[in-house]
Formats: sequence, structure tokens, C-alpha cells
Amino acid sequence: MSKIHVTTNINGDAVEYLCEPQETLLDVLRNQLNMTGAKEGCGSGDCGACSVTLDGRLVCSCLVLAAEAEGKQVSTIEGMADGEELHPLQKKILEHAALQCGVCIPGILVAAKALLEKHPDPTETEVRYWLAGNLCRCTGYDKIIAAVMDAAAEMRGA
Amino acid sequence: MALDTDKREFKIVGTRPLRPDGIDKVTGRALYGADTTAPGMLVGRVLRSPHAHARIVSIDASAAEALQGVKAVITAADFTTANNSHSQAVLDNCMARGKAMYHGHGVAAVAAVSEAIAKQALKLIKVDYEILPHVTEIEDALKPDAPVLYPDKPAKRVPEGTPANVSHVTHFGHGDLEAGFAKADKIIERTFRTEATHQGYIEPHACLASVSPDGKGDLWCCTQGHYNVRALCADFMGMDASQLRVTASEIGGGFGGKTTVFIEPIALALSRKANKPVKLVMSREEVFKASGPTMSSVTDVKIGMTKDGRITAGYANLRYQCGAFPSGTIELGAMSAFAAYDLDAVKTDGLNVMTNRPREAAYRAPGAPTAVYPVESVVDELCQELGLDPLDVRLKNAARKGTKASYGPTFDDIGLVATLEAAKAHPHYSAPLGPNQARGVSCGFWFNFGGNTSVSLAVNVDGTVTLTEGNPDIGGSRASIGMMAAEELGIPFDKVRTLVADTASLGFNDVTDGSRVTFAVGLATIKAARDAIQKMCARVAKIWDIDPEAVVWEDGCVKPAGDNAGQYEPMSLAEIAAISVKTGGPIAGHHEVNADGAGVSFGVHLADVEVDPETGHTSVVRYTVFQDAGKAVHPAYVEGQMQGGAVQGIGWALNEEYIYGADGRLQNAGFLDYRIPVASDLPPIDTVILEIPNPGHPYGVRGVGETPIVPPLAALNNAVSRAIGVRMSALPMSPPRILKAIKG
Amino acid sequence: MVQVVIWGSLRSAVDGAVQVEVEACDFRGVLAALARDYPGLRAQIEAGVSLSIDGKIYREAWFTPVHADSEVVLMPFMVGG
Repeated sequence: MSKIHVTTNINGDAVEYLCEPQETLLDVLRNQLNMTGAKEGCGSGDCGACSVTLDGRLVCSCLVLAAEAEGKQVSTIEGMADGEELHPLQKKILEHAALQCGVCIPGILVAAKALLEKHPDPTETEVRYWLAGNLCRCTGYDKIIAAVMDAAAEMRGA
Repeated sequence: MALDTDKREFKIVGTRPLRPDGIDKVTGRALYGADTTAPGMLVGRVLRSPHAHARIVSIDASAAEALQGVKAVITAADFTTANNSHSQAVLDNCMARGKAMYHGHGVAAVAAVSEAIAKQALKLIKVDYEILPHVTEIEDALKPDAPVLYPDKPAKRVPEGTPANVSHVTHFGHGDLEAGFAKADKIIERTFRTEATHQGYIEPHACLASVSPDGKGDLWCCTQGHYNVRALCADFMGMDASQLRVTASEIGGGFGGKTTVFIEPIALALSRKANKPVKLVMSREEVFKASGPTMSSVTDVKIGMTKDGRITAGYANLRYQCGAFPSGTIELGAMSAFAAYDLDAVKTDGLNVMTNRPREAAYRAPGAPTAVYPVESVVDELCQELGLDPLDVRLKNAARKGTKASYGPTFDDIGLVATLEAAKAHPHYSAPLGPNQARGVSCGFWFNFGGNTSVSLAVNVDGTVTLTEGNPDIGGSRASIGMMAAEELGIPFDKVRTLVADTASLGFNDVTDGSRVTFAVGLATIKAARDAIQKMCARVAKIWDIDPEAVVWEDGCVKPAGDNAGQYEPMSLAEIAAISVKTGGPIAGHHEVNADGAGVSFGVHLADVEVDPETGHTSVVRYTVFQDAGKAVHPAYVEGQMQGGAVQGIGWALNEEYIYGADGRLQNAGFLDYRIPVASDLPPIDTVILEIPNPGHPYGVRGVGETPIVPPLAALNNAVSRAIGVRMSALPMSPPRILKAIKG
Repeated sequence: MVQVVIWGSLRSAVDGAVQVEVEACDFRGVLAALARDYPGLRAQIEAGVSLSIDGKIYREAWFTPVHADSEVVLMPFMVGG
């Protein structure tokens, strides 16, 4: 079986790779492109630790075939900060001490950013439902939700 | 090491600085267990038993070994015999020796050049199993005709006549139960059941091993205790501990589940055989099937109370199953059950029975949640029956300084009464409730530990400090430990960098468990800082050419002790450090200790629920955690522990359970069917931190991590029972169970 | 002499006594004396025990002093999560 050649764009940079037909986008990100910010917590789309966006749509990269990224814009946690400047969501997660082990945080940040791009002024309940696909076992979500609400307010003001 | 007697004003302890590893963790740069590689690395995979209980007649790996790209195949035969029975159980749980003890038990493993080839190779390994009768449930395992897990190895230290699968029998208590019950106006007896749960850390076990033929090895893994990993793996591999360097990666959650080894010895053995690095990562399915979930339990409780709410006697009979190997967790359960109460007559009997399930690993306050749940539920039922306020009754019976604990010792300063009073005074307790809503209360308890700890602290010539400790940072401990160093040295927090050393770079450290790190590593850090301070004082005395006793350390500076010592400008740490190479060489402090005096911890939780009478679904609508932290070093991370523990307990109470089929196979080995709480399931979790100083720590710190998982089980049970008007007695309180209770 | 409280499941090894008296002045001495005077306790002591001394739990602290009026409770070896 021959490999598939994929031309895509990740975090604003043109990227090419060869992948097996059955390989997931998460496999390629982590194992070929050395972008290990997305985590494999389950491999079945239940935990959200591998969240990325594909043409702006939030997806679990473990459920996307690597070949499907052809011609798309992929955004990952590695592209979230602008140089030295952290994204407001990243800053607020730190300020609120909203991470403990931190392994779910890349996925949570990518998911929250996707939410705020669509809904800059979500209610707390909307944030909780939007992030229901991102499991966190350490925090009980309390500080994560507060951080996202705070970031949303700051981004609206900015 | 006792509480400092001078009531100091803290400058850094008690503030909320950003954690030093924060940016790495919000940018995806932090390296967890599965995030690293090595040149020439192979991929490891484990073959697991499809049967719950089976004799391994033979393993034929010749076809797998012949497959192109396969570099090593191993079985239990590739390990030595462990140096004690506890370690042998750890090893036998990693790789079945003679018998597969549960569905998912490792039987063989391969290392190959790719994942695809490794998976293909597993299919080529021929295992001839002789299927044996199995047992997965407590009551079945205790029956006289139950399948016996170890017919040739009867348990030591259990009384004659004990059922064959029982590994531990235990009793605690004091006083005259019969006389106590005779004094009661009301006695309630009830049986409670809980199902096994999993710690549910989001990061599966992962490691990268490299062993060379000269007996040197390196292991990178996600673990709560890399020194323990080194001790176990060196034993199993017949290696010298000094030759095996273990580096702890960042860790994606543990909660007790990463206090032991599951795949690390396998990766090392594969690497040794292939003479190449091997990376081994568990799938989520493997995590559920073959790491260490917690126990299931069946408990009978009997408690007597007077009309005015005094508990006259308490008895509990606890039966735990902790999987296919002996477990002493029952002892901790039997000790914890009544710890919150000051009782004249109390007794707990406990036993652990082995079943064909994975070997239990610790889970946050191991043994306590399932022991406290039945007791706190019956206390609540008595309050309801007698028309008494549940917090008043707990205050009336609360353990306090001088109480002889149900497990033997007499308590020193403890914060239970203050915690109960705080709960009673909180607006949550008097807030109105809506239709189908009710409020539940529960106390919780955990022992907390100290343990072996090494800390090294280098004073750099630029006036900064590098602190080296040996406990993986699971929830912000680099921050709290760095804060204590900065506090003690009188320098800004950002002048301290705290590193977690590998096993070759620092003396031994116990596992990150028992809520020990902020307490014990903090204590060792303070002592290491004081060691460095003493050296700095001696240097300055030399510089000033005065007696070492004539200088003191104050506000981050060495000063003359008094007017008689002479007039000198105080010297700061930075000034002393800058000339250290001229005054005698580098300055460093260190401390090694087996820390004692951790100080027990109590918490009280208030839970409001709303139960939908049509569906049986429970919503938690308000939740508040009250806990004594002794001294909260970084209050935000203390709150985080309280919130996270509460939510794990909520999951245990409402959703989570291991489900076994009649075939002994685990039916829900994934996050879709084993449902941990998600953000939309929960309300904000409010927290109230109390600070009753621990007399055993210079700053008064108590461990906080484990206690918060203890109260939710009963708090939720009591709230749900009051909401539906029927006393519940089994977890999880899933909608079908609640509907059945409502409909009768 | 030091009074040592024995936890329930070990009482059969000390003729059913709730507490026993041993000659010892520290942690190590207590365990050594218990193992010597009550052979039935040896297996448990070797498998691991903790001692609570005046309300504080000690796991492997040989030289922790024990006095005649100390409250000493023999307990299982304690672990956490």
C-alpha cells in the first residue's frame, strides 16, 4: 500500500507529509511533525485532549484521518500564542490556576478558542456545554470555566 | 519538626503566584510520558488475556519472532524473581506467570519497528489457555464453593476457617458495643454497596526504556514516584539501582494510579532483549483493563443514637475486593470509617477478598471513601428519623483534640469542629431549596503522610536559587515548594527555580502520595534553606571577622546579632552569593529526612441535588467544600485539590462503575461507557479553606489532596435520599437505580 | 515499660490483650520487643507496620523516642494515593 501525499497548512505554515491511509491526523502531528501538544487520552473521541481545528471547526484529531487535512487549515495548541505574547485564554488559565496536571489543557484551550471565535459572549452554561467534550480529571472544571469567562470578557473589551 | 513558635507574617506563603511550569503547559511544550522519542526507537505492545481466569499451558512466539521487523518478544520468563512477595505481586500483575488472573492481564509483549508490525506480531503469538472458573464479585468470591484464585498459596495471617480467597482480615475499635447500643433510642442497620471505579487520569501510562548489554539503563515515564519505579524495575530486571536512571516526565494525572508499575518493566525487558530503545504506551482500553482501579465494597453498618443526637455505638463490617492480588487497603478503610467521631463504643471488622479483576492501585485516600460513605449515610438517616439537624449532630459527636480515635491514637490539634462550624455558618447551609431538591452533608477524613524526602538547594552567584526535589509535580507543587524556599530565604519567588530531579541526581524520595508533598518536601525545603542560611551566616561572620554566634539571619539578610557584635551593614543573600567563590566556595543547603508529623485532615461537604422523578437523573445544583489545610501555601492550588477531589467523588457517587459480564470480561473499558463527570454535569464548586496549623510543620502545613474525595459519596447519597424520600444504599446512583428506588 | 495498643486483628497473637507492655525506649525497641515477646506478631511486623506515638504516625523511624507515659498504638503500614 502506497503512502498518501498531503499538502496542508498548520498554524499558518505550509506543511507536506506522507501518511498511511489509516493514520490519524493526531498520529502525524505527534509522530511525524513532532507537535506533541495534542495528547492522545483515549483515541476514540471521548476526551478531547487531542482537539485541533480544521478550517475553523473543532475536531478530535484522533478521529480525523491524516489524509483529510489535504488543502485545509489546521490550528493546534502550538499556534495559539503569538510569539512571546500568550493568547488571553492561555493567560487566564494561568492566572486562575486552572490547571493541575495540565494534560487536558491544550485541548481545552483549543476548544475554548473555537467557542469564543463563534460566541464572544457565552453564558457560563454555554461554556460548560461547549467544553463537555473535553475531560479534565484534576480540577472539577470550576477554575477552567472561570478562566474562560474571564478571557471572554477581556477579549470583548480589547 | 515542630511548628515555628514565632508567629511570623508570611510574605510569599499564602499568595497566588503563577506556577513556574505554567507556560510550558498552556503552550503544549511540556513533555508528558508519551511525548518523547529516542533515535532507533522501537514500538512495544502487550498481548493481554481474553479470559478472566486461565492457566497458561504454553506460549509459542516463534511465528511472531520470525516476522520481519519484530526485534523482541518477552514473557514472564524474561524477569527474575522479585525480592519480596509484595514486589512479586507487582511483577506478576505486569506479566502473568503461569496463570492469567483477569481479563486484560498481560501475557506476552513484543517490540517492533512500527506499531503496525507490533500489532501484527501480537496476533501471531499462540497462547494455549486452559480456561478456569472465575469470580469477579465480592459475595460470590466469599462463598464456600467459589473458584479459588490461589489454591496452592493459602493466605498467611488470616484466622483459620476464613474463606480461601480472603487475603486480609482486620479489626479496630474500643469500648463495649452491646452497652452502647443498649443506651440508644434509635438503631439503624443497613447494607451498602459500591462499585469499582478508576482514577481516570487523562494521560495513559507511557514510557520509553533503553537498556544496554552492560546493564545500564534509562527509563522515562509518567509516574508519581520514579524512585519507586527504579526500585521495582531494578529488582525485576536484576539490575543495580545505580545503573538504572529513571526520569519522571510531566505527569497527566495519577490520583494514586501511578504509584506503581504496569508497563515499565515490560519496556525495559523488551529494550534489553532488542538492545534498542522501546517506547510503550497504553491505550485507554488497556488503562481500564490492566492498570489499577479501586475496590468495590459491601458494608454492613449499625449505629445507635439517643433522641438528642449522641451516638452511643457504631459498628461496621466492611468487605472489599481489590482484584487478583492481596491488598491491605481494607485496613485503611476499617480505620477511617468512624474517624470523624468521638465514640465510647466503636468497632470495625474488615476483610479483603481476591477476585479475577485487575490488581487495585491506590486511589486518593485509598480505602476511606467506601468506608466513610456507609457510616455518614446511616448517621444522616438517624438525624432524619429523629428530626435532628445533621450538622448539629456531627458537632455533638465530633472528634477533637484529646479524642481517642476509632483506630487507636489520641488526636492532637485537628480542625473538624471548626470545619463543621464553618459549614453551619455558611449561607449555603440555610439557602432555600426548590422542588425535588435536597441537601446532603458528609464529613471526610484522611490520615496524610510524610515520608522519605531529599532536597538540595544551590545558591547561585547571581543571587538566585536552584531547588532540586524528587517528587513529580502533579498539581502545582513546584510552585508551593518554590514559595516556601523563597519565604525562608527572603528572596522573590521568581528568583527560585524548582526542578524535579531524576533518580541519579538526588537522594531517595518516596512516591508522591499520601498528600505528602507540600508537607514533607516543603518541610525538607525549609530545612535545606535553613542549612544554606547557616552557611551564609558563617561566611559573613568570617568576612566581618566576628564569632559565628554574633550574626543572625533576619529579613533575608545576615545582620550583627546585637550592638556588642559590632556595626556592620547587613548583607543580603545576593551580596553573599556574589562573593561566595572568594569566601570559601559555592553555597548550598540540603536536607534529607523521613518526615513524620503529617497531621490528619478533615473536611465537610454540602451538596444540593435535584432529582428528576421522571428519569431518575440527578443534577448537582450547588456544592461547597470546607477543609482544614493547616496553612494554605498557594491557596488557589489548595482550592483546586478540594474541587477536583469533590468532583471525583461526585463521579463515584453518580456515574462511575466497572461493569463485568457473566463471562468475567470488563464491558465498559472506555470513557464513553465509563463516564467521568464533564463540565456540563457540574455547578461551580465553592471552597472554604480553614487554617488550623499542623503542629508538626514549621508553617503549619497539612496535606490536602486526598480528603476531598471522601465526603462526596455520602453527601450525594444523603441529598438524593432526602430528595426522593427513599434511603439509597448502593453506588453509583445512576438514573435506573434511582428510578427503581422511587418506583419501589 | 511502655504500653502498646494492639489493633484488633493482631490481638489473637497477644492472648487477646488490647494492650501489652514492653521494655523499650524508641520505635525500634518497641518493634523488637514485640517480635521477641509475641512471636505471633513477627510476620506482621516484618510485613510492615506503623506506630502512632502520642498521636503522630511514624512509619520507619527507629530512633523516635518512646517514654513510659507515651501513647503507643501499633497500626498497619500506612500508604496513600
